[in-house]
Amino acid sequence: MTTLPTTPHDVGEAVPRAVSRKGTGADAVFEHGARAVGASVLVITGGVGLFLAWQAYPTLQRYGWSFFTESQWQPDEDVIGIAAVLTGTVSVALVAMAIAFPLALLTALYISEYAPARSKSTLVSLVDLMAAIPSIVYGLWGFFLVMPYAAGMARWLQQHFGWIPVFAVNDTDPNAAVWDTSRYVSSAFCAGIAVAMMVMPMACAVMRQVFSQTPVGEKEAALALGATRWGVVRSVVLPFGRGGIIGGTMLGLGRALGETIAVVLIVSPAFEIKPRILEIGTSTVSSLIAGRFGEASEAQLSALLAAGFVLFVITLAVNTVAAVVVNRSRSGAGTDA
Amino acid sequence: MTTTAETGSARRSDAPLGGTFLPQYDDDAPPALPRASLGRPSPDERFARVGSWLAAFALAWLVTQRLLPLAGVPWLLVAWFGLGLVVTAVTAGMTDGVTAVKDRVAESLVTGAALLVGAALVSTLVFVAIRGWRPLMNLNFLTADMSGVGPKDGFVTGGILHAITGSLIELGIALAITLPLGIGTAVFMTEVGGRFARIVRTVVEAMTALPSIVAGLFIYTVLIVALGYPRSGLAASLAIAVMMLPIIARAADVVLRVIPSGLREASLALGASRWRTVWHVVLPTARPGLATAVILGVARGVGETSPVLLTSGAAAFLVTDPTDGVMNSLPLFIYSNVRSGEPNAIARAFAAALVLVALVLALFVAARLLARPRSNRPSLHHRLRSAYPFGAHR
Repeated sequence: MTTLPTTPHDVGEAVPRAVSRKGTGADAVFEHGARAVGASVLVITGGVGLFLAWQAYPTLQRYGWSFFTESQWQPDEDVIGIAAVLTGTVSVALVAMAIAFPLALLTALYISEYAPARSKSTLVSLVDLMAAIPSIVYGLWGFFLVMPYAAGMARWLQQHFGWIPVFAVNDTDPNAAVWDTSRYVSSAFCAGIAVAMMVMPMACAVMRQVFSQTPVGEKEAALALGATRWGVVRSVVLPFGRGGIIGGTMLGLGRALGETIAVVLIVSPAFEIKPRILEIGTSTVSSLIAGRFGEASEAQLSALLAAGFVLFVITLAVNTVAAVVVNRSRSGAGTDA
Repeated sequence: MTTTAETGSARRSDAPLGGTFLPQYDDDAPPALPRASLGRPSPDERFARVGSWLAAFALAWLVTQRLLPLAGVPWLLVAWFGLGLVVTAVTAGMTDGVTAVKDRVAESLVTGAALLVGAALVSTLVFVAIRGWRPLMNLNFLTADMSGVGPKDGFVTGGILHAITGSLIELGIALAITLPLGIGTAVFMTEVGGRFARIVRTVVEAMTALPSIVAGLFIYTVLIVALGYPRSGLAASLAIAVMMLPIIARAADVVLRVIPSGLREASLALGASRWRTVWHVVLPTARPGLATAVILGVARGVGETSPVLLTSGAAAFLVTDPTDGVMNSLPLFIYSNVRSGEPNAIARAFAAALVLVALVLALFVAARLLARPRSNRPSLHHRLRSAYPFGAHR
C-alpha cells in the first residue's frame, strides 16, 4: 500500500538555501592570497614599464622629435639622438631574420613532416636546447669562428652585388690583390648571423608547434587524392600554419631587436645612419646602453632609459602583433580530423 | 582461356542494360608489379637519391677546386648543395614528371636546411669545447678563484670558482623571488580569474617583451644610482628576477591552462574546497610542466649577460655574501675575459663557456626528465619494500 506524503500544515514557507560564490574559511584566504600575489606582480612588472616611461619623459620633452632624427650620441655637446642606433637595431634584426626565417621554416617542416617518427622527439629537444644555449656562447661562436668566413662572403657580395646600395662597402677595393679584411668584419651582417642563431630555434619551435596541429584528416585526404609529400606540405600544412609562421617570425624578431651581448661582442660602435650592412661598424640600442651606462650622468642615464623605453615599445608592439596573429590562426578550430 | 577487348565488348552488348559483369582475367598478362610502399623508397629511388648527391659532390669538387677560382671548403659545400639540388631535379625529371621533380627538390631542400641547422649547433658546441678544454684539464680551474692571477698567467693557477659560486648564488636569490611570485600569479590567473586577473595577464604578457638589458638598466638606475647602494650580487639577482618573473609566470600560466577542467570539477563535486582542489589536484597534476617551465626560465636566467653586466661588477676573488660588494658570475667572467684580448684569458673564457653550457645542458636534461610522463614502474623504495616485507618498515 502506498502512502502519499501529506503536507504538514505547521511548516512555514520553504526558504532557499543561500548559495554564494564567495569562499569561506581557507578558500577566502586562498583567494585573497592569490589576488595579493597577482597584484604584487602587477605592481612589479607594470612598475618597470611605468618607471621607464616616467624617466623617458623629460628626455623626450627636452629633445622632442630631434631625439628620433639625430644620429649622434654626444652628451657632452648636448647632442643626443637615436636615429643611428635605431636603424642599426633594425638592420641587425633584419639580417638575422633574413637568415633565420628560411632556416626556421624549413627545419620546422623537416621535423613535423619529413623526419622519421622515431627521431622526432629527439629533434624537438635539440631545437629547444639550441634555444636554451646562452647568447654569449653564440657571441663567441660568431666572433671567433664565423666572422672570418662572413668577411669573405661579404667581400664576395660586394664584388658581385656592390651596385645594390645595401651591399656597398665604402673606402675599399674588393678586387685588390690583398684585400682589406678589416673593412668587412664587425659589421651588422656579422652580428646578424650570431643573432640569427639565437632567434632561429625560437621561431622554429613556434612554427613546428602549429604545423603539428594540422588536422591529420586533411593531410590524408590530400595524400588520397594523389598528392606528393611536397603537395601535402604546400596545399595543407603551409596554409594551415600560416599564422604560426608569421607569429613565430615576429616573436623571433622581437627577441632579435633586444639582443645585447652577442652584438656588443661583435660590432664595433659607429654612430651614423648606415644602410651598408657589410661595412664595419654599427650600433644598436642595446649595445649603446651596454657601452654608455658606466660613464653616464643622471641626465644621460635618463636619455639611455628613454632609448631603452623606445626599444621596449617597439618589441612590445612586435610581440603583441605576433600573439594576435598566432591566436587568430586556424589552429585547432578547423575541420575535424 | 582468353579474354580480349572484343569478347568483352561482345558480351557487354548482349547483356541487358544495368546487368552485372564479372571481371575477366588475362592469364597471359605479365604479373603486376608490387606497388612501392608509400613510406619507403624502392632501391631504384634510393639509388637515384644517394647517387645524385654523390655525383653532385664530384661535380662540385671539379668545378670549385679545378675549374673555377673558388678554392676552399666553404665554396665546395655551397656548390655541392646547389649542384645536388640540380642533379636531383634532373634524375627525377628523367623518370617522372614535374610534380615528382618538385617533390624531390623540396625534400632535398628541407633536409639540407635541417642538416645545416644541426651542423650549426654541433659546430657551436664542438668549437667551444675545442677552444676551452685546455684550462679545464687543470683541476684548479674549478677549485680556485682569480685573485692575484693576471690575464697572462698559465693555466696552473687561477680558476672560476668565484664565477660559478656567484652565478649559483645570484640565481638562487632570483629563483627564491620568482618561483613563489611566478607560480602564485599563474594560479591566480587560472584558478581565481576575474577581470583583475585578465589585466594582470595582459601586463605580464607585455612585460615578457622587456629586453634584458633594459631590465638591468632599470635596477641600475633605481638601486645603484637613485638609492645609492653599491654594485652587488643582490642587485644582479634582482635584475635577473625582474627579467625572469614574466617569463616564468607566463610559462606556468600556459601549463596550468591545459589542465583538464574535468579534474577540477571532479574534485569540487566530491566536496573539496577550491583551495584543496588547487593544492591537491591542480598543482600535483601540473608538477612536471611547472618544473619544466621553471627550469627553462632558470636556463635563460643563468646565461643572460646584460643584466649582470650593468649591476654586479666583476670581482676576481670569491665573494659569498651577495649584499657585500661586487660579485662575479659566469657570463660576466666570459665577457670580461674575451674583452681583455689576451690569448690565455680568451682560453679561460672559452673554458668558462664550456662550464656554462654544461650547466645549461644539465638543467635542460633535468627539465626533460621531469617533463616525461610518470612511468608505472614502482619506485626503488617500493620495490625494496615488496622484496623484503619483514624489514625495518614493518
